Amino acid sequence: MIEARSLTKTFKDKKRGVITAVNDVSFTCRPGQIYGLLGANGAGKTTTLRLLATLLQPTSGVVRLAGFDAATEANQVRAHVGFLAASTALYGRLTAREMITYFGRLNGLADATIKERLNRLAAELDMRDFLDRRCEKFSTGMKQKTSIARTLIHDPAVMIFDEPTLGLDVMTARSIVKFVRDCRNRGKTVIYSTHVMSEVERLCDVVGIIHDGRLVAEGTLAELQQRFGETDMEEIFVKAVGGEAVLAAALKNQETIP
Amino acid sequence: MNWQNILTVYLKELKDSLRDRRTLISMIVVPTLIMPIIMFGVGTIMTKIMKQAQSETVSVMILGAADSPGVVATLKADRKFRLVPESADYQQLISDKKVRVAVALPAGFEAGLKSGEVQTVSLYYYEGELKSGFGLKAVQDFFTSLKEKTIETRLADRGLPAAVIKPFVIRKQNVAPPEKVGGNAIGGFIPYLIIILCFTGAMYPAMDLTAGEKERGTMETLLCSPVHRINIVVGKFLMVLTASLTTVLLSIVSMGVSAAIGVMYFGGTATSQSATAAMVGKAAEGSSIPLIDPVGLIGVATLVLPVAVFFAAMLLAISLFAKSYKEAQSYISPLIVVVIMPAVIGMLPGVELNAKLALVPILNLSLVCKEMLSGVWHWPYIALIFGSSCLYAAIALGFAVKMFNREDVIFRA
Repeated sequence: MIEARSLTKTFKDKKRGVITAVNDVSFTCRPGQIYGLLGANGAGKTTTLRLLATLLQPTSGVVRLAGFDAATEANQVRAHVGFLAASTALYGRLTAREMITYFGRLNGLADATIKERLNRLAAELDMRDFLDRRCEKFSTGMKQKTSIARTLIHDPAVMIFDEPTLGLDVMTARSIVKFVRDCRNRGKTVIYSTHVMSEVERLCDVVGIIHDGRLVAEGTLAELQQRFGETDMEEIFVKAVGGEAVLAAALKNQETIP
Repeated sequence: MNWQNILTVYLKELKDSLRDRRTLISMIVVPTLIMPIIMFGVGTIMTKIMKQAQSETVSVMILGAADSPGVVATLKADRKFRLVPESADYQQLISDKKVRVAVALPAGFEAGLKSGEVQTVSLYYYEGELKSGFGLKAVQDFFTSLKEKTIETRLADRGLPAAVIKPFVIRKQNVAPPEKVGGNAIGGFIPYLIIILCFTGAMYPAMDLTAGEKERGTMETLLCSPVHRINIVVGKFLMVLTASLTTVLLSIVSMGVSAAIGVMYFGGTATSQSATAAMVGKAAEGSSIPLIDPVGLIGVATLVLPVAVFFAAMLLAISLFAKSYKEAQSYISPLIVVVIMPAVIGMLPGVELNAKLALVPILNLSLVCKEMLSGVWHWPYIALIFGSSCLYAAIALGFAVKMFNREDVIFRA
């Protein structure tokens, strides 16, 4: 379970002054559901997810995750979260086994438990061939599998995915999507950010559309289709953010930022 | 602080670093090889050049030789000299290194010696040129001895004893123990080397463990773990400290081994002017007792510890601020000069420890090491230096922890 209430995050920037990256965002993600956070680049998706994972502290607002308060029990929150992003890479000089074991230990697991879970994950993800090779030599697919095993070693109740298919080839992207579904089927709470409309349609039970730091629309795919009178996700998205002109302006504003 | 987590982070960083070629080179290869290279490379070459220059016969040109056949004959008989025929362009020949020294004898020199008039013998040489300098000294010695002989003859002619011109004799007596001499000669050099290696040993792992992780995208992965950030910082810090101390330790061991071999290798003949060769020379001159006081070395090691902590924490904090390895390098490379400067000042003769200098980081270490290695123990200063170094180290470590807790530093884009 993830509960975000009135989350706001501001940054100070020398050139642009105070920037509000996330502005009064509230939502709830339930176990056994995939919550899709849909937004253009720079809309505030990554910041929101980093706030959930306690990598950043909110300027105001409250996050409760798996029953723990992110502000006061950050370590407990992280112990119940698996965070997978394009920016969470592997240690190139460690082998896949060493990498996963390291994160098992950081999560306070006993070596016997790590070994047992690692063997199971390696079988599930079909990674036994490269388990003892260094990550720097891996293909993208092998890297993703290792990263997935890393996020799952402590069997977290909540999974946070920040654009996990970004820059991946079709096959690897498909295996990620399959893995995200598996997480939901196992009863985990899943939040998934993307700017790819088709992924939202295929994957998400609830969709939140984020624009300029604000959550501008939220609901199941059917609810959103009904509300905006469109069947295509892309059309829904454009209407939700206020039309193409607004989107273009936001994009332009992004481009002028150095 | 959770020591179990710190240990987990530390062991992982250690394994990771030992697989990194750059760290291995700066931590193990450089400190092990630098002393032998300095001592045997530079030392051997210097000794060879010196020996060659000293054993070579000096080519001397005598100007105005016709009037003084006796002097010329004595010079010719001396194996040290090789006489070159007189030539008008002697200055050019000296510049071209074809002639080392030219001697201009005044007209009627030998006759003048007998008659007792004051004459001038001019010696032409090339200042700064090693062989010309040696030649000058040999020729000068020759004429000084000729002068003394002439004086003796003149005194004898007048029936006076030689003591007339020797009212007293000066005898120099060294009271410094052999370690003291050694300490002064090398005391400035050892801390200089240790300070630099202590810094460079910490440099690469510090950059790799912070900016390197950010660049490779593993920093965010690590921060996702439930380990409190202070444990991550301390684990990383301990790794950087390990690298720094390993570098220093290996350099000290390598220095000891090199010095021991150096004494056997160079024997007492080394007259090189370089600091290292001088220390080898002193070792040979003194006796077989180690001229570096082992207790002094323990003192140095103790005082280096807080400075290594200071370096490790500072380097960690600074490179954490950088977005990439390259950016970290551009912040840290200029710092080498900042570290070398006080170390060099400490090497200068005449700069002595006082209460104010005892508070200047790095310089205080350099100065107190010089003293300890020469057997001088100023306990109040040592306490002051250790205390202030520990304080600086604690501040630096606190700074590193603070930097790790700043999200604008960690997620600086």
